[in-house]
Parts: sequence; structure tokens; C-alpha cells
Amino acid sequence: MSSSVASQISSIGQVVRSHIVNVLRKGENFELRSELNSEYRDRRKEAVKRVIANMTVGKDVSGLFTDVLKNMHTDDLEIKKLIYLYLINYAKTKPELVILAINTFVKDTDDNNPLIRALAIRTMGCLRVSEIIDYLCDPLRKCLKDESPYVRKTAAICVAKLYDVAPAVTIENGFVEAVQDLLSDANPMVISNAVTALVEINDNSPNQDVFTMTPPLVNKLLAALNECTEWGQITILETVANYIPGSTREAEGVCERVVPRLQHVNGSVVLSAIKMEAQLSRKMTPPMVTLLSSAPEVQYVALRNINLILQKRPDILNREMRVFFCKYNDPLYVKYEKLDIMVRLCNDRNYDHLLAELKEYANEVDVDFVRKAIKAIGYCAIKIPVAAEKCINILLDLLATRVNYVVQETIVVIKDIFRKYPNKYEGTIPTLCKSLEVIDEPDTKASFIWIIGEYAPRIENADEILETFMDNFKYDDPAVQLQLITAVVKLFLHRPADCQDLVLRILKVATEECDCPDTRDRAYIYWRILSTDPQAANTIVLADKPTISVDDSTGLPDDLLNELLSELSTLAAVYHKPARMFVATGTKSAVLSASALASRSQSGAGSTSPNTGTADTGAGLATMSSPSPSSAPPPSSGQVDNEDLLIAL
Amino acid sequence: MLSGFFIFNQKGEILISRLYRHDIKRSAADIFRIHVITSPDIRSPIVTLGPTTFYHTRHENLYLVAATRGNANAALVFEALYRVSELGTSYFGRFDEESVKNNFTLIYELMDEILDFGYPQNMDPDALKLYITTEEVKSDRAIKDSSSRITMQATGAISWRRPDIKYRKNEAFIDVIESVNLLMSTKGTVLRADVSGQIIMRAYLSGTPECKFGLNDRLLVEKEPGAGSGGVRQSSSGSNSANPPSGDTVEIADCKFHQCVRLGKFDSERTISFIPPDGEFDLMHYRTTENVNLPFRVQPVVTEASRSRIEYQIQVKANFSNKLYASNVTIRIPTPLNTASATIRVSVGRAKYVPAENCIVWKVQRFQGMSENNLVAEADLTSMTVQRRWSRPPISLDFHVLMFTSSGLLVRFLKVFEKSNYQSVKWVRYMTKAGSYQIRVS
Repeated sequence: MSSSVASQISSIGQVVRSHIVNVLRKGENFELRSELNSEYRDRRKEAVKRVIANMTVGKDVSGLFTDVLKNMHTDDLEIKKLIYLYLINYAKTKPELVILAINTFVKDTDDNNPLIRALAIRTMGCLRVSEIIDYLCDPLRKCLKDESPYVRKTAAICVAKLYDVAPAVTIENGFVEAVQDLLSDANPMVISNAVTALVEINDNSPNQDVFTMTPPLVNKLLAALNECTEWGQITILETVANYIPGSTREAEGVCERVVPRLQHVNGSVVLSAIKMEAQLSRKMTPPMVTLLSSAPEVQYVALRNINLILQKRPDILNREMRVFFCKYNDPLYVKYEKLDIMVRLCNDRNYDHLLAELKEYANEVDVDFVRKAIKAIGYCAIKIPVAAEKCINILLDLLATRVNYVVQETIVVIKDIFRKYPNKYEGTIPTLCKSLEVIDEPDTKASFIWIIGEYAPRIENADEILETFMDNFKYDDPAVQLQLITAVVKLFLHRPADCQDLVLRILKVATEECDCPDTRDRAYIYWRILSTDPQAANTIVLADKPTISVDDSTGLPDDLLNELLSELSTLAAVYHKPARMFVATGTKSAVLSASALASRSQSGAGSTSPNTGTADTGAGLATMSSPSPSSAPPPSSGQVDNEDLLIAL
Repeated sequence: MLSGFFIFNQKGEILISRLYRHDIKRSAADIFRIHVITSPDIRSPIVTLGPTTFYHTRHENLYLVAATRGNANAALVFEALYRVSELGTSYFGRFDEESVKNNFTLIYELMDEILDFGYPQNMDPDALKLYITTEEVKSDRAIKDSSSRITMQATGAISWRRPDIKYRKNEAFIDVIESVNLLMSTKGTVLRADVSGQIIMRAYLSGTPECKFGLNDRLLVEKEPGAGSGGVRQSSSGSNSANPPSGDTVEIADCKFHQCVRLGKFDSERTISFIPPDGEFDLMHYRTTENVNLPFRVQPVVTEASRSRIEYQIQVKANFSNKLYASNVTIRIPTPLNTASATIRVSVGRAKYVPAENCIVWKVQRFQGMSENNLVAEADLTSMTVQRRWSRPPISLDFHVLMFTSSGLLVRFLKVFEKSNYQSVKWVRYMTKAGSYQIRVS
């Protein structure tokens, strides 16, 4: 008995299952269609929701257009909003069917409820179908003069939407003037939306004469500032910032009225206000520091902007370095920016604190951050001569940790210090040699070899040390090969008797077995000079090198800096690039072109100059023999690494 | 301005997608997923991929993403994203994948309301809750009458307050909550110490009250020397320590106010005057850097006795009046990753080694003021094949101290003026808690 019941149940189960399979086969859209046409209100509502859910995940539900539209005329606001959302999405694919919806829209713009009037006008503006435009004008005209400010502020934005699709129609119907009238509205939100709309229209109009600032208008906007929402305040601040006051007194008046905004809780309002304070008054410092306690993303934007401001006004935060000290759990992108700013703020009064911090950072675990910290130590040493001694000591401590990446970076940095202060710290060379077996990166190897070559006369076993690099010579990076050849030749010039064998061997290997043409070339040149005129070799290879230096101009060129300062808190100011560099007009590059940025930043850094432009061949050769010129001075580091970060973005 | 807004879950599945402008396509979301969510080495919150720039923040297990074309205002975009998280939390209690999935139609409604053509409109939860509700709203007669009022309010000058609020008993509660941040070097010198404070007000006041609020702010007190001693000090009927000696003032480095505070008036007269929203709101944030009273002093001694053993001696001293006490004190002492076990002795509270967090967690329920407590521990390390470096993270503290402010800030008065001239009762509470309270160990 019970077994037969069980079998019956299982057979029912099969029927249900086969039904489900059927539905799946016909597709979900089929099922949705029948649901949308259901006689029950709840099922129709559920179906609309599912359509929107499918749309969200990217499934194509445009086939249900007419079925969805049928549900449009409803009292249920929730359903209405969902259907409007659907319309915004698919109107373009079915322009001929959108006509069916117009009736409802036009009726809605006459609804008693201002929420519904606004909703209708807002949605119609988003449809962007030429069929709609003709029907949009009348309701829009009415809504611009609506009694409810809520509808007026929505209509103002709608004019901007319309201008985007049909500029001619917008002008013909006098909508632009209507929005200009709204600037005198009693409601602050209407004013700010009118400003928004006019700015947008102005930017897209051919003559850009739709929105001109006049002193009375500025006054009116600043008066509205106090009552606006935070977003309205940003709009007004941004707009007024572009206004050039007629006199100093007027400018002071404007600034005076903007200063209170520095106290706003919204970081973006604060940044906009900072931008307005064109003369960059002292009052800005506390709000800028406060921005550092906001959420990490806004902090990041603020830090990038502070970096810009500092390039213009290096003195503004010079007593505030401590606030930039990194916390252990700051996100890396924040830490990088803080490090950069700290290095910028570093001077001969506060270097002590900075170095103690940097040493701390060099012991953290994130490899890139540690490397950046070590680079910063080198930067300090080069920027501030009195700090050099201390820097060297810290670097030697770091070498003692024998952590691979720390050692690699430290040696490169020490090389730079050697270049800046020749013949001052060669006492450290024995300590450096202890790290010999850890060294494995090309840059580090090259730096190390350069040091050995440079101080060859004072290192007794220089030949043995260089010898150790011979085994792997063929397979090394070209930069290392070049360094090694030069170092061996230097050594030979100092001690011809001991090293004849070594020099011959390396030149032979380089000219016969190396693939890199540069290596071969250099080997040939040396070989010929050595064999024809050893005296000339002396003057060329052992020539004095120009010293490297960092000056405070390491940063952006003046005109770019001014441009970016006028765009504070925008993307351009975050990237430190003019907008035209990343606002692609076409689809030229998929990702911000890495090489373009890197090369820009190097030319922008302007600190690599010692290595270029030395005219005569002798000096040219000598500079070539210094470790890869472009990497020599770390000052570029701040800049270049930012760009690295940027590319990684 | 914002061209699109998306919410993703942790796996990169798209939960919400709303386009505001026609310069990007729905498929932009895929670009973001491929290049950011599934790519481990993206470190920046701003990414430009082709012509589109993406901004993202994380909230619980969600990615909130905005997309823009052109040179947009980055700070504004992030502020808008934070505001979305706040809205979500305010509406759903918790804003995570589950609540997004359960409320996606409501979220679409909100997204339609708070941004128009990509420009932020009103994002204030209190205003939005008036007309976008979790219950079903029918456009019936009652709504029709009220909605014109709602829209007046949502766009008006005092968008945060209804005009017709009535309470039988008029009360206002003020909570001064300070987070004290400390970064102490290995040598025991204070690298930076500051206080970020927050004043939360819960106003249960009828009508349209005009409030005036006073602190022992140095600039203000110096400006009007007589004000502190007058009979206006009607605040703090519930607390005894809110009566400051008038010489004791605090220098506020910077402060920010709720949108209801008249900033112009603060700038010119340094008085805080406002018409409060109904219920709870953040009246003010402030920051002080001078004369910070650090509630706890920590002296750590960490020695690597051998390759397999680390010894800790941690001394913690409470630096506030012995009439007060700190509650829920948690001290986290990091241990190396290869710690096998730890033996710990403490003079008060409980401590244990928590392998999952790589630290010794020492908890003290009640830490008396002016008292001093110690922890002595030994951590045994297992030997590792590869010697990984231990970055020696800082010791961090967490605590709450009631009726104590690190900055020394006190509320001097709160005056309420209303047409009907009713009496109101005001209460003040103070609390100091740990922000990022870190002590580096050498």
C-alpha cells in the first residue's frame, strides 16, 4: 500500500520535473512573457522585477518590450519606476515602440503628485529617441514653471539632457533662457541644478556663451551657497572658481564668503573651497590636514592634491610633516602618497624625524613600499648634505639585515650617494662587499660594479671581485655587461700589470660571444683606444663625472602645475596629468599607455639633466660609463614611481 | 559627472547597474570586473581603462563602483559613493550582498532619486526616507496631499526637518565621543597624537527650535570673556563633570559641521547655531592636536631571546583620574607568523595567544584610572625552512573611557529657543575611545 503511494508521488515528481525542463527549453523570456500578461497583479509585479534583475546581470530582455509596456499604466509607483528604468535601457533599440509609452508619460506630467510629475519628466529626458523629443517640449515648458521646486529642479537638468540629444530644438524652444531664469529662483536646489545644467550646456555649445558670470550673478550664487545641499555647494564653488574677479577687493570679498566652506563635513566641498582660495591662504592648512582623517579613498585624492599645492607653495605644510607619517594599516596607495609628500617636506630641520620614520618603513614587509622608503633615504642624502652621514649609517644598518630586496635597493641608493659625494664614504666599501653573494638584480649588480670600478685603486682585491662577475658575464643583462667592461678597463688603467689578462679576456668574450650590439660596440671602442693610445683612454675613461643634484624644482613644469591647480580635486589633479592625456577622444589605447606616461614623467622630472647634453665625446663616454644614467639620481623616483602606480591603476 | 553606477559582490557578479549617461555601455561593468576585481595587483581606488575611469570603494562584501568619462571631480565621486553606503546602512541596517539582493528594486529607486543625469541630488537619508520607503507606496489621495509638502521640504532650505514635530517632553542628548589617535615610536616618543572628536546630538524637540551650542573653545572663550560665568549654564543636568573651570580651554585645530549649522555665523562669530534635524545626527566633527591627554602609556620590551623564543614585557599605565575606569580594554601584541605557542602571565584581565590574528590578545574588562598593569609572555617559535622576515607590527590598543575627553573639551551650554518658549532638558555624556592607538616595538 505505502509503496504504491510512494511510486505515485515519484511519478508526480517526474511530471513537475518535465514541466520545468519544458520551461527551461522554451527559455526564461517565454515564461516571463506569460507572467507579464498574467491577470494577477502580484504575478505581473514579480515578473517586472525579474525582468529588471535579468537586465542587471546583462541578459537581453529587450524582446519583452511590448509586454512590459502594457504594465506601465499603473498606480503602483514601484512598478512604474521599474518600468521606466527598463524603458531608459531599451528605448534606443525599439524607438518605434516607445511611442506607445508617450501617452502615459504626458499624462503623468499632469499628475497631482509632484513626485510623479518629476519622475515622468526625468525619465523622458533619458530616453534619447527622436520620437520622444517632439512630445517632450510641451510638458518640459510646463515643468520649468511648475509650482513645486522639486519638479523645477528636475526640469532644469532635463534641459541639459535635451540639449545633449537635440541642441537645435532646445534653443528654438527657448529652454536655455528658461533655465537662465531659474537662476533667480527662490529655492537653492533649483538654482544649483540650473547652474549645473547651464555649465553642461555651455561646455557643449559651439560658442560657449550660454553661461557667463557677472558680478551680480556671482553674488546671487554665493548667497545661495549657505542653503544648498552639499552637492549644490560643490557646483557653485566650482563655477565661481572659474570667475575672474574684476578687482582685488572683489576677489577678497568672494574668498571671504567661501572660507566657511572649509569647515564642511564633505571632503569634496572642502577641496572645492581650497581651490577657490586662489591666494592659498594659511587658513587652508588645518582643513587640509583634517582631510587626512577621512576615508582612505578621499584621503588619496586629497594627498595627490596636496602634493600639487606643495609644489606651488612648498612652505604651507612645513611644520606638519608628522601628520603624514604612515600608519601600519594605511592602504598602500595612501602610504605611497604620504611618503612622497614627506620627502617633499623634508628640510635640514626635520630630516632627523623623517629618517627615523623611513628606517621604520624599510623594515615593513611590502616589497615595493620598502624599496620606495629606501629610495627616499637616498633622496634625503642627496638633497640635504648634512643628512648624508646619517643616511649612510641607516643604509649600512639595512644592509646588515641581509634581506634580499632591501640589499638590492640599498646598494643602488648608496651608489647615488657615492656619485653625489665622491671620495667621502669609500670606507663603507668593505661592508658593501659582504653583501656580494646576495646581489642578483641587474640594477644592483651594475651599481656595485660601478662602485668597484670607480674606487679600484683603493680596493686591493678589486680584480678578484670583478673576476667573480666574469663567470656569468655572457648571460648578464646588457647594463651589467657594460658596467663590467668599463670597470675592468678602469681597473686596468690603474693597475696595468695585474689585469692585462682579465681585460683581454673580457674584451674577447664581449666582442665574440655577446649578443648585445651595445656591449660589443663598447668593447671594440675600448679595445681600439687601449691598443692605439692608452693616454687617451686615461682621459676618457677616468674623466670627472658631473655631480648629481636634486633641486626643489623636481616636479611638474610651471604651466602644467598652474593648469592642474585650477582643476583641483578632478581626475587631472589626481593623475597629475592634463585632462587631454587621458580623456581619449578615440579608442586609441585600451589601457593608459604605460610608456607614454613613463617617458613624460622622466622629461618632466628634469633631474636627469646631468647625464644629457654634455657635449664632447670624452665626457659623453664618461657619463656612459656611469651606471645607467636614467636610473642614477633617485629624485626622479618620487615622480616616476607615481607613474608606475598610475599605470598599475 | 557620473556616467554609471554599479554594485558588485566579491566574486565580481553584478548586483546593481545603473547608467546615467549614454557615453558608456553596460559592458563597462565587465571591463571593471576583469581589470580590477579579478586582478590582484590593482592598488589604487581610481583606475582609468581606455576612456572610462572607475572609482571604487569597498563596503562589507561589496564593491561600490562609479564610472565617469572625462575629467570628473574625483573627490565628489568618492563622497557620493560613501553616501550610498551610508544610505544603504540607514535603510537596511546592514548594507551587504544579501540586503542588496533582497532590496534591489528599492535600490534602483534610490539610485534614480539621488543622481540625475549623473549629478548628485539630495542624498540625505532623512529626506529620502520621507518619500522612498520600504513599504509599498500607492499614489492615493493621502500621499498626493502630503507629497507636495515632502517635495517642498526635500528641496528647501531646511530639508532636514519637518515643520510639525511635537514632543510631550522636550529633550536633547549630547554625546561627545572622542577617538584618540597615537603613533608612538620605538623609543617611546610620541610621533603624532591627535583627537578626532564627534558630537552626536539626539534632539527630541518640538516645533522649529533654534539651538545655540557652546564649547570651551579657546577662540570663543577669549572672545567673550563674560559668557562662561553667566547663568546660562543650564546644560548637563545629568552629569557633574560638565562644569569646566573657565580657565580651561581647548584649541580646536579644525572642525566640520552638519549641514544644519550656519557656517557663515561660525566663521564670523564662532558661535554654533542651528535648527536640528529630528532625532539623532552628527552635529560636529573636530580635531585637536595640542595638549592631548593620552589615556594609556605603554612600555613594551620585546627581546628575541633566541631564534625560537621571543620574550615580551609589556607595561600599561592608565593616565586618567582614579575615579574613572576604562572598559573593554583590548591590547593586541603581535607575534611572529611562526609562533607555535605562548606562555603568558598578566596582572589583571585575561590574555591568550590567538593564532588566527598572529597576536597575543590581552583583555581587561575594567581598567582602573592611575593603575598600572603588566604582561609577561614568552612566545615559542617553530623553525621554518625559509627564514621569512617579521615586520614587527605595532602594538595596538582598544578601549573606552567614559566621562573623559582626551582633548579636554567640554560642553559649556546648549540653548534652545522656540516660539512657544517651552522648557527643555539637556543631557551631556563624554566618552573617549581608541582610534588608531599604536605603539611601535623595536
